[in-house]
Amino acid sequence: MSSEAALTPTEYIQHHLSFLAKPVGGGGSFWTLHVDSVVTAAILGVISIGLLWWVVRGATAGVPTKRQAFVELMFGFVDDQVKGIFHGKRDFVTPTALTVFVWVLLMNAMDFLPVDIVAKILGWVGIHEWRMVPTADVNTTFALALSVWLLMIFFSIKVKGLGGFIHELFCSPFGSNPLLWPANFLFNLVEYISKPLSHSLRLYGNMYAGEIIFLLLWLWAATGLVGTVFGAILGVGWAIFHILIVALQAYIFMMLTIVYISMAHESH
Amino acid sequence: MNINLTLIAQAVAFAVFIWFTVKFVWPPLLRAIEQRQSQIADGLAAAEKGRQSLEVSSKQAEAAIAEARARAQEIIAQAEKRGSQLIDEAKNAAREESGREKAAAKAEIDQEVSRAREALRDQVAALAIAGAEKILRKEINAQAHADLLAQLKKEI
Repeated sequence: MSSEAALTPTEYIQHHLSFLAKPVGGGGSFWTLHVDSVVTAAILGVISIGLLWWVVRGATAGVPTKRQAFVELMFGFVDDQVKGIFHGKRDFVTPTALTVFVWVLLMNAMDFLPVDIVAKILGWVGIHEWRMVPTADVNTTFALALSVWLLMIFFSIKVKGLGGFIHELFCSPFGSNPLLWPANFLFNLVEYISKPLSHSLRLYGNMYAGEIIFLLLWLWAATGLVGTVFGAILGVGWAIFHILIVALQAYIFMMLTIVYISMAHESH
Repeated sequence: MNINLTLIAQAVAFAVFIWFTVKFVWPPLLRAIEQRQSQIADGLAAAEKGRQSLEVSSKQAEAAIAEARARAQEIIAQAEKRGSQLIDEAKNAAREESGREKAAAKAEIDQEVSRAREALRDQVAALAIAGAEKILRKEINAQAHADLLAQLKKEI
């Protein structure tokens, strides 16, 4: 907060919660791009997936190096989760789950970067608005959840056929009596809407709340010596607790991805 | 919480990352892991095979040792038998030899005795004749009484 001592608390929070939005084409409020979210997410994705790729390129069947052992451990962890839920060929589901886990974990972990120092450094190069946590942008989480949702529908149709998919839409879970069709359809509609919403909003809410709590603590830290001391202590405490949330939310997001995709493979 | 173009951009990024992981990250590692798994399985199978063959060959060796031991026992028994047989043969041969020698000696002795007896008989007869000659110098004629003398000789 020190760099923006002149700001009121509201302005401070508003400042840290505003995206670097660039209008694209100028067709309306939808046609804007949150450059910060997209760029941060892309950099983190390239770093994480690129690291995996770099390690895996030299993978040997013999005694693995420490790097390879670590990556294998991670793969094994994700693959075990997938194995427990999804019964089928895992050569698409596991890499997808791994991508989700690694990427979301890193994006969540951006919460640990001290916002004001980052803002200061970016300020030197002329960037004044930058949200460091892409998963605290509902666009990002919703993009992931919607992608998973599309995959879910894709696999549902691929496994059961278009007819089977529509049949399931109207005939499950209550039964295939034509009188029950509206109820079934309504039920499925709610399910199909609630899945991506809960999937994305859970992650978004957790990350957004974490960010806000950090901002509040930093606000407090700017209110004099006592506030600085307690703000720092509580900030450390929250950061440590936040490690759990960051990892847990990434894990939950991955698990739900697996569950949704595997549910699409099962017929009712 | 405004939905905008970011959504599509992130979805595209997500799709690209998934594609990349599925295409380039997952297969080589899976291959390495599976290859290692098969290597480990092969190693375990080979170890099991080795253990089994060791068991078999140790059994074979045991059997061979037992056989050799039995054979040695047999050879020793045979040798002992042969040895005692040889001793018996030698004993028998010696016994026969000594019997033969004894018999020969006995025959010789008998011969000597009978020869001595013959000589003695001759001498006694001569002595008797000489005695009788001396006593009966005058009337006894050796030629006339030869029958008598021969009979006497036989009785001695």
